[in-house]
Amino acid sequence: MSSDSTPLIETRGLNVRFGGVHATRDVNFTLAEAELRCVIGPNGAGKSTFFKLLTGQVKPTSGHILFRGKDISRMQPHDPGRLGIGIKTQVPSLFNGLSVWENVWLSAQRVNSPQRAKHVTHMTLERVGMLAESAALTGTLAHGQRQWVELAVVLAADPPLILLDEPAAGMSDAEVARTAELILEINRQHALVVVEHDMSFIRMIAKKVTVLHQGQVIREDTPDKIMGDPLVQQIYLGKKPH
Amino acid sequence: MDLAAVVVIQVLYGIASLVIVSAGLAVIFGMMKVINLAHGEFVMLGAYATLGAIKVGINLWVAIFIVAPVVVGLIGVVLERLVIRRLYGRMVDTMLATWGLSLLLVGIVTSVFGNTTAGISTPLGSFSIGAYSVAVYTLLIIAVAIVLGLALRAVLLNTQLGLIARGTMQNPAMADALGISPSLVYMITFAVGAALSGLAGGLLAPLTGVVPTMGGAFIAKAFITVIGGGPAILAGLIGASTFFGAINQIAAFVSTPVIGEVALLFAAIVMLRLLPQGITGRFFKGSL
Amino acid sequence: MARFATSWKSAAVCIAIGVLTLIFLPTFIDDFTLIEVTIYLVMAILAMSLGFIWGFGGILCFGQAAFFGLGAYTYAITVVNLGDSTLPFLLSIAVPALFAALLGYVIFYGRLSDVYMGVITLTVTLILFNLVNSTAGPAWKIGNAPLGGFNGIPAIPPLNWPGNTEQTITPRGMFNLSLGLVILVYAGLRALIASPVGHVVVAIKENEQRAQLLGYDVRVYKLFVFTLGGGIAGLAGCLFANWGSFTSPTIFGLAQSAQIIIWVIVGGLGTLVGPVVGCMLIQWLTSQIGTQQTFNSNLVLGAILVLFVLLVPKGLVPSIGSLLGRIGSRRPRPQERPGVATHEMLAEEKQA
Repeated sequence: MSSDSTPLIETRGLNVRFGGVHATRDVNFTLAEAELRCVIGPNGAGKSTFFKLLTGQVKPTSGHILFRGKDISRMQPHDPGRLGIGIKTQVPSLFNGLSVWENVWLSAQRVNSPQRAKHVTHMTLERVGMLAESAALTGTLAHGQRQWVELAVVLAADPPLILLDEPAAGMSDAEVARTAELILEINRQHALVVVEHDMSFIRMIAKKVTVLHQGQVIREDTPDKIMGDPLVQQIYLGKKPH
Repeated sequence: MDLAAVVVIQVLYGIASLVIVSAGLAVIFGMMKVINLAHGEFVMLGAYATLGAIKVGINLWVAIFIVAPVVVGLIGVVLERLVIRRLYGRMVDTMLATWGLSLLLVGIVTSVFGNTTAGISTPLGSFSIGAYSVAVYTLLIIAVAIVLGLALRAVLLNTQLGLIARGTMQNPAMADALGISPSLVYMITFAVGAALSGLAGGLLAPLTGVVPTMGGAFIAKAFITVIGGGPAILAGLIGASTFFGAINQIAAFVSTPVIGEVALLFAAIVMLRLLPQGITGRFFKGSL
Repeated sequence: MARFATSWKSAAVCIAIGVLTLIFLPTFIDDFTLIEVTIYLVMAILAMSLGFIWGFGGILCFGQAAFFGLGAYTYAITVVNLGDSTLPFLLSIAVPALFAALLGYVIFYGRLSDVYMGVITLTVTLILFNLVNSTAGPAWKIGNAPLGGFNGIPAIPPLNWPGNTEQTITPRGMFNLSLGLVILVYAGLRALIASPVGHVVVAIKENEQRAQLLGYDVRVYKLFVFTLGGGIAGLAGCLFANWGSFTSPTIFGLAQSAQIIIWVIVGGLGTLVGPVVGCMLIQWLTSQIGTQQTFNSNLVLGAILVLFVLLVPKGLVPSIGSLLGRIGSRRPRPQERPGVATHEMLAEEKQA
């Protein structure tokens, strides 16, 4: 399937310290083109920090980040978007005072001609099922809908790598299932890294799961093996291995 | 040798003036994150209060050290209750409203006292260092600045009032839960800041002409000193005053007073570009 | 009553009013009144420059007077030296714009926050005031033009038809030019706001982080807006120097900067025509105050600023627009500025 040996994104020995907190410890992470990975870990494990490192919102204290072989460890805040890394943040970050259409269009128009941008905006909204709400003010939407709009915003720029921070948070079961479907469909042409807490959701989408704990990668395996792993159980549930 | 001594005194005086003029704003901004653009007018009101008190026969030193701070402190309370407290958390709106207050105060004082410059002569005379003569008042300013710094530190660190104030600033909800009224703390803090500005006005009255628009000369310098100082009130105040005061005096000494002012303003821009969090945003972090 | 529901409608109405005034007003009033009206128009351009960078760009500038003054002084100095006014006219826009670009570079590429922006712009205008104020005395001149210090530069040669220094501008001509430029600047800015670039600027003000994550370099956009605003203020400065044939350092002063801010606050940050309305109202009010003794202008302007910030934070034009047009609207809590576009303000200005 994948013959390309250069990973899409790779971190080597990535470390970040905030004052006394060692939030990311020596993380080596590799993702291939169009791969789907879930990242889990208890609160404070450093998942969101990891994403912030990948989008340049946080600068690493040491280590490297490589995107298609190119070192991007020191980026300007607008570089990830330009390189092809899109992120849906934990708390949806959208243009609340603008319409749904405008939000998505702003993403599309940066990389497309005016006519094509219109077309892409339309198609992307249709894909996430928010076309009917095009004229609505984004700030007035329900939480689940905002998540989908943000997904559309990210997709519209057609980035090879999409980072999703808790895409199913606050959603009903039906919405969660729909989101899982959407993610699998997106995965046909984009690589995704999904941070999530909901294990049943993860099972719907993931083939490989990375477990973070106190800033370090402690396990990387299939969902089943992860669920059965005693160390993982211990950090989540406090069970001591016998 | 004598010249060196005089220059050192002048530089210390420049630093001390900045400390005194900026202290009130530092307390208000540092503790409450309120940018009070009427600060210069508080200083002006202190100067007028001093003049008024002297006119009715009150002793000069009482006028400067008691009347001026008390009067302006009370005015501060009134303004805080009427205007400032409605805008907490809205930094830009506070800047705009206090700018309006500044114009309003200038207008009122002009209407009441007129436009002409009044003044009092500098007390305490002068002494000689070699061929140069230095006003004793200059030394007084330096002394007051030192005492002020020490007093602020003492109050903030060692008194219950200081502790309550610092606690409330850091976590108003917690303070509230502990039975301390944040709004009362804010009011008192603002009043103290205003009083300090009034004191500055009183101290400056014998040095500059007292005119309704005199505040304009201080607001930029005070503003720059406080913002350039950074989050730590006292360390920032001392640090920034030293930095800017020295530059101001040295530039003025080397060329003209106007160039001195320009040099200070220019240094501010450069410094903010390099240290966006102010001096104590980078150095002496976590100090008072 | 129909309200301004779409950006095209409100822009077209404003432009129409402008053009009609241009054609018909001079036939109703004499030259003297025309001159009085002209200064309102010149200040309207200045008001629009701040309304644009603050209301749409979200850039808090406390020293817009700096660019106004640079425009006036640039015109005065170059026209005294060069004779023909064509190049001076262009320079009076270019020099402030360049200055704004440099200052903007320091501020935006340093990623400084709003508060610092306010301090720095205030400081800059004070620097200019201090510098120019101290240039009295014959030693201070650029070419043939003495700077004059606190006395200012008197007897500034007026604009002439390009190439013909004999044909200088008349009061009627000054009126036409000023109002023509008001309309042109207004139309141009509205067009820019409606363009893709304009959309990005609004987005940046709405959520800078999201704009960056989408790949937009916000520094470039802010720099562009700030520079353009500086150039427009410079244009107003050139017209001002022509109007009074005089300029002095007070043009850089705190009072002038405060006035511009008051115009925009009173008129409202959410529209481009609001600052124009605010400007004319305040200018008129100031001239009325000048005729009596009880209240001086500082007092009144200060009171107005305080009252508006407390009670009418959106300003007049958006507030009246809301009142007239909206039934059952959600009244938003007064939010933090700069030029914070509440949902309603944005919807009024730019519904697709």
